[in-house]
Amino acid sequence: MPDLLLELFSEEIPARMQRKAAEDLRKLVTDVIVGAGLHYEGAKAFATPRRLTLTINGIPTHSAATREERKGPKVGAPEAAIQGFLRSAGLSSIDEATIQSDPKKGDFYVATIEKHGRHTTDILAEAIPAIIRSFPWPKSMHWGTGRLQWVRPLQSILCTFGPETEDPEVIDFEVDGIRSGNVTRGHRFLAPGEIVVKRFDDYVDKLEKAKVVLDADRRKDIILHDARDRAFALGLELVEDEGLLEEVAGLVEWPVVLTGTFEEDFLAIPPEVIRATIRANQKCFVVRKAGSSELANRFVLVSNIEARDGGAAIAAGNGRVIRARLSDAKFFYDTDRKSPLESRLPKFEEIVFHEKLGTQAERIQRIEALAAAIAPLIGADVELTLRAARLAKTDLVTEMVGEFPELQGLMGKYYARAQGEPESVAVAIEDHYKPQGPSDRVPTDPVAIAVALADKLDTLVGFWAIDEKPTGSKDPYALRRAALGVIRIVLTVPVTLPLRATLMQALSAINDKAVTAAVAAYEQEQLTVTTQDVDGEQDLDNAIEAFGREYRSRLAEGASALAEDLLAFFIDRLKVQLRESGARHDLVDAVLSAGEEAEAKTQDDLLLIVRRVEALGKFLATEDGANLLAGYRRAANILKAEEKKGESFAGEIETTRLTLPEEQALHVATRFALADAEASVAREDFESAMAALARLRGPVDAFFDKVLVNADEPEVRANRLRLLAAIRKATLAVADFSKVGG
Amino acid sequence: MTETLPPHMRPDRSFQGLILTLQRFWADYGCVILQPYDMEVGAGTFHPATTLRALGPKPWRAAYVQPSRRPKDGRYGENPNRFQHYYQFQVILKPNPPNLQELYLASLKAIGIDTSLHDIRFVEDDWESPTLGASGLGWECWCDGMEVSQFTYFQYVAGIECRPVSGELTYGLERLAMYLQGVDNGYELNFNGREGDEKVTYGDVFQQAEEEYSRHNFEFADTEMLKRHFEDAEKECRLLLEAGTPDPTASDQRHKMVLPAYDQCIKASHRFNLLDARGVISVTERQSYILRVRELAKACGAAWLLTDAGGMN
Repeated sequence: MPDLLLELFSEEIPARMQRKAAEDLRKLVTDVIVGAGLHYEGAKAFATPRRLTLTINGIPTHSAATREERKGPKVGAPEAAIQGFLRSAGLSSIDEATIQSDPKKGDFYVATIEKHGRHTTDILAEAIPAIIRSFPWPKSMHWGTGRLQWVRPLQSILCTFGPETEDPEVIDFEVDGIRSGNVTRGHRFLAPGEIVVKRFDDYVDKLEKAKVVLDADRRKDIILHDARDRAFALGLELVEDEGLLEEVAGLVEWPVVLTGTFEEDFLAIPPEVIRATIRANQKCFVVRKAGSSELANRFVLVSNIEARDGGAAIAAGNGRVIRARLSDAKFFYDTDRKSPLESRLPKFEEIVFHEKLGTQAERIQRIEALAAAIAPLIGADVELTLRAARLAKTDLVTEMVGEFPELQGLMGKYYARAQGEPESVAVAIEDHYKPQGPSDRVPTDPVAIAVALADKLDTLVGFWAIDEKPTGSKDPYALRRAALGVIRIVLTVPVTLPLRATLMQALSAINDKAVTAAVAAYEQEQLTVTTQDVDGEQDLDNAIEAFGREYRSRLAEGASALAEDLLAFFIDRLKVQLRESGARHDLVDAVLSAGEEAEAKTQDDLLLIVRRVEALGKFLATEDGANLLAGYRRAANILKAEEKKGESFAGEIETTRLTLPEEQALHVATRFALADAEASVAREDFESAMAALARLRGPVDAFFDKVLVNADEPEVRANRLRLLAAIRKATLAVADFSKVGG
Repeated sequence: MTETLPPHMRPDRSFQGLILTLQRFWADYGCVILQPYDMEVGAGTFHPATTLRALGPKPWRAAYVQPSRRPKDGRYGENPNRFQHYYQFQVILKPNPPNLQELYLASLKAIGIDTSLHDIRFVEDDWESPTLGASGLGWECWCDGMEVSQFTYFQYVAGIECRPVSGELTYGLERLAMYLQGVDNGYELNFNGREGDEKVTYGDVFQQAEEEYSRHNFEFADTEMLKRHFEDAEKECRLLLEAGTPDPTASDQRHKMVLPAYDQCIKASHRFNLLDARGVISVTERQSYILRVRELAKACGAAWLLTDAGGMN
């Protein structure tokens, strides 16, 4: 069966868009093929800086004919219904429909829609121009006098179709003056001539001869291996960088790897800065001394041409630019270190963090206060924590971070060290942003932990307060990441953090600002309406004070609801986190529900919740646990049925009515289990709590084995049901077994 | 082409030789070779021959050198490649010819850049001028890793969609010359292509100016006066646009005073740049200043479409 080859040749396509565009092209064209009732054997798409190419093999030459009957409205139906039917069936007049009779429903119209089989070339000649016209580029443009939009001017279209054994035909179409053909071009500089192409394998070969490597993955492979070899030959190691590799492979059609040099003096600049400079501005790789983390004064560049002089001029030219860039970086580095970090604080008074949450300066103050409050909980020095929180954001307004935003935090650490700050302050400036994602590291120094928690909690509480919570896929302020960051710190370090109280404290700082603003607005409003007499002034002061009090108390009421809502968000994220790490997230509900029973509010210590979940999971995996769960379920089901009738079995068990030894044993066991479990939970010793429950298993099994709950005497029966309730109560001290899944 | 030139005119030996070669190249292509606009501008794009001529349906081809002033980039003559005053060579072609990339590469060849030795790359760079309400798609053009030009297909200017689309080429002349002459310090560029006593360097011409203007831009420019001038220019621009607006009942519906109004827009923009360099504009104010200039540019652009050159006739 025939194959399709399509190439859209244009001016340089941005590297970051190439891969997705190739994939989009593949999907759009194969969708058309399938939608037309055709099929295909395989499809593959490619991109270079100047072309998107698609090859689809094994497409039939024709689509099959189809015949479809479509039922329409009744004869005599309103005109609008008839017209709608004509439109949907593609008829021009109702005479083209036939009338069928139905004994129950009467006469109605039927349209027979016949579709002839079509030439695949016709289908594609119609569909491809439409795909080109509405191609989903992230950004596209007009050029010249045309109407067409493409990512950059589209120059030519190659489109052939035919079986392997014969010369393929050109699928003939035109898009905005560009006529499809069987001609493409080679490398812009190395082989700019026209190339006549038949089919895909022929196309790939000819392009390769014309210095174009079609497959981006192959270009990446060539670059990576040549770069490693080049570095190795110099006794060095390539610092690999997948993002850069992907980008560079999108900048060249014919990768040629070269190396260049810069002055050793520049190695005094922090290595991250050198890398960021060379990477962002020059799209070159850095290299390090073999087996060391130290950078070498070399770089690896990827050229798009095989130069006459072997690349000497290109390497020299790139070296000059890199030297100029590194001079700039060194200038920034030296300038930044001339003024101490705290001298930059006033600048934050001018920088708005968020319209409704005030300036960065206000935010820094809040983080300071919150970090200082958290510090004692994790054994961090309060003075150092305050200092770290105060300086944590200051590098944002340095020259270097202005130039390379990705160096935020890191530069702060360097500058803090340079001005003689204690090491934990320097480390906290870098680490307070961490962890950024699920694979990022968690801070370990107590000062860094305190600032990291404060930073994230202030963000969360702030956006919760102004009702900018994440919804669905929208999370513009990365609040899920912030919550996950808190969770990972708490669990990894680990930290016992009373989350509810901490959130309330963070909220009160946000609310203080809101109160001040509201009072100021109120005062302004009152001043304009109040007459200027002397008595009025005293009244006004009183009114403003009262307004402030009232407003504050109203916010405080709302605060507790907000904190609960945010806590629920944390619990939600915790479940996601547990699920992703393969733990049983259903046990979170079992544990939380038990806690709510005991304290009438959600537990807020994430670490304890997780420990309890782990202990419960371990217990349920034992034979004792599994049997106790079964016994619990049996008891709970019986109780549920009885309770439906409106009876309660929470009452005291009458020991005198316990006649059978198994009854007596269970009674004693539940009392001990409850007492032990509660005491263990209170000690946060969940292993012991589980052990206490484990001791219930034998008596429960024996009870169900030997004792008939449904006794003839109503008192005995009620007493036995109360025993079942005691089982339930004892387990509830540890977890709500009804929430356990599976 | 370069072989036939006397040594002092060669683009790789003489700064003015580079300019003259580019002018010659684009003159051969049919561009009108304009002289610099006689006002302080931040980039060649501000020249009405680009901003305004990019609007409306009429074809237009022009090339010119534009001295550009970026007060914030001053370094008191101490940084070898950062100046508060520098030259751009600007080419504007409306509509862009389909082979504009090839033309651009031919112009590089004309100034002596051999593409069998040097790695020329078109690297994504979407251009945007918030003050002009302008944007376009195109590239930074790299020669061996150095950005030597900007290549832009205008999509919007003064908030108005460009139809047809203009192609704009902006050559950074100092950088290009440094590359061609093989010097790392811009002040050491040979300006006139002569040697020995006759040689004049870029530093001879501009270093003192860089020092003096840096002082002015960062320390001495009177900020109160600049703020006043900004407001005056803004007001004047609006007044002129209003005065040039045709009476709705008149038979001639052409706008009569766009160019003078646009001058005031340019003036406001430069006052803003000076105020920015003096560091007296806060982050929020900055945004509002940019917006105010953009409003002027938009009003001028809209009025331009009501003129002959803007396509009324």
